[in-house]
Amino acid sequence: MISVEGLTKYYGEHAAIKDLTFSIEKGEVIGFLGLNGAGKSTTLKVLGCVLSPTSGRVVIDGFDVSKEPHEIRKRIGYLPDTPPLYEEMTVGGYLSFVAELRGVSRTLVAARVKEAEERCALSAMDDTPIAALSHGYRQRVGVAQALVHKPRLLILDEPTSGLDPVQIVEMRELIKHLKGEQTVLVSSHILSEISQVCDRLLVIQGGELVAQGTEEELASKLSSGQAEEVEVELVAPATGAVEALAALGPAEVVARRDGGVVLRVRVDAVRRPEVVKALVAAGQGVLRIDKVQARLENIFLKVIGGKEAKS
Amino acid sequence: MNAILLIARRELAAYLRTMSGYVIIACVLLLDGLFFTAYALKSNSTPSAEVLSSFFFISSGFTITCSVFLSMRLLAEERQTGTIQLLYSSPVTDAEIVVGKYLSALGFLAVFLLASFYMPAIVMVYGKVSFGHLLAGYFGLLLVGSMSLAVGTFGSSLTSSQVLAAILSGVMVVALTVAWLMAMVTDRPLTDAVQSLAWYSHFKPFQDGLVQLKHVAYFALVTYVALFAATRVLESRRWR
Repeated sequence: MISVEGLTKYYGEHAAIKDLTFSIEKGEVIGFLGLNGAGKSTTLKVLGCVLSPTSGRVVIDGFDVSKEPHEIRKRIGYLPDTPPLYEEMTVGGYLSFVAELRGVSRTLVAARVKEAEERCALSAMDDTPIAALSHGYRQRVGVAQALVHKPRLLILDEPTSGLDPVQIVEMRELIKHLKGEQTVLVSSHILSEISQVCDRLLVIQGGELVAQGTEEELASKLSSGQAEEVEVELVAPATGAVEALAALGPAEVVARRDGGVVLRVRVDAVRRPEVVKALVAAGQGVLRIDKVQARLENIFLKVIGGKEAKS
Repeated sequence: MNAILLIARRELAAYLRTMSGYVIIACVLLLDGLFFTAYALKSNSTPSAEVLSSFFFISSGFTITCSVFLSMRLLAEERQTGTIQLLYSSPVTDAEIVVGKYLSALGFLAVFLLASFYMPAIVMVYGKVSFGHLLAGYFGLLLVGSMSLAVGTFGSSLTSSQVLAAILSGVMVVALTVAWLMAMVTDRPLTDAVQSLAWYSHFKPFQDGLVQLKHVAYFALVTYVALFAATRVLESRRWR
């Protein structure tokens, strides 16, 4: 569906993205992660045919962005980082305008607008001027304009920014429902907001792709051959447990609760089975043992940290 | 073509639905009326045709003023609010965006021209006016408006600040107005070229009730060049 090869974009002297290469299959929901200024928006603008690339090749649905941007524009829906809304129009009027602009035939416009409003829970707002809408509703109108013409590729640049927790959940549900029908590219700098809906994540930092894969793949890739963190819960008072683990790796008590003490120890991945052995040998009662999952935030920070350490 | 009309229709609706356009028209009409009363209607013995010519003379200046203010928002506002990205990511060409915007402003300027009709109507009540003169004069005003709206569209494409857009367009229009001053200090054969850049020499015949193709061509050319330049500016934005 999308293939990007060696994409580079300069703003004057400054390279916003450098030699970016990735590909996306049809029907995938892709999360595009990166801190502010990492180059997410610029990449999405190039894919949305808003900006022309300095160099590199971008092919969407068989069309090259530099040669046939018009064919691509017919096939995509794009929500920029600020929703492109005309304040003085009503929600319905605005969506009809966008639908016609994107080439929906006159006879279909009303039906498509109705459908988009239903999907984005905007039906009650059809007659409301956009200027009177709250931030959450504006963001929804932004998404509605991107999908009103049923594009094959939906590009959403930070659709969750500035939303409250309830609205974030709603936005996530909305994206979940798009799955399968469309290829979706959604960016965010808050990982937990999009990790649940995405099939795959692309992590971008300083204009370069630093990691890609599913949440699990990224996690295991980062932890392989490295120390991992193990959490154990022991019967209180667990005196001497830290010392018993000293030979395996640094350990510390992270919590005490009724009748239990929780410890965390960093051990080499291959030596994990030895943790329980050492504890039992030291006469400790083991209640529970867990591998601490590398959460998305941790993965992200590690990936970015690694990149910074390299440069 | 469809896209041009679509953009023009939306933009015209925006003019009609927001206050700023009406405020601009009302203010300019007020001044136009004051000048008309003070200079064109100064004595009862002036022939009607002369009064009408003065009306067109005065109104040409105010049509330009009105155009500069009406057009300042066209593209600058789109960039300021980010809505330009909607147009950029839609299957419409940059030329269609520019022409659509320009046409909407031309449509709204027609409201101004229609509203100014009360002044020649006064002349008609008290004197005798040739229909041809009236038509030629208004056609001339429309051409002057078309020229300055196109220049205004170009000015508006250069910046995301509406104020700056108005200043830039204002300067360009004034330069076109005082080109004859430049002609006085240039040597032949440049004199003729610079002189013919000034719009007033091309408007004068319309003001007196004369329609000549070469003068229509002048306004059409300036309109075309300015819109072409605006299109090029929009295109270049995609590279920055």
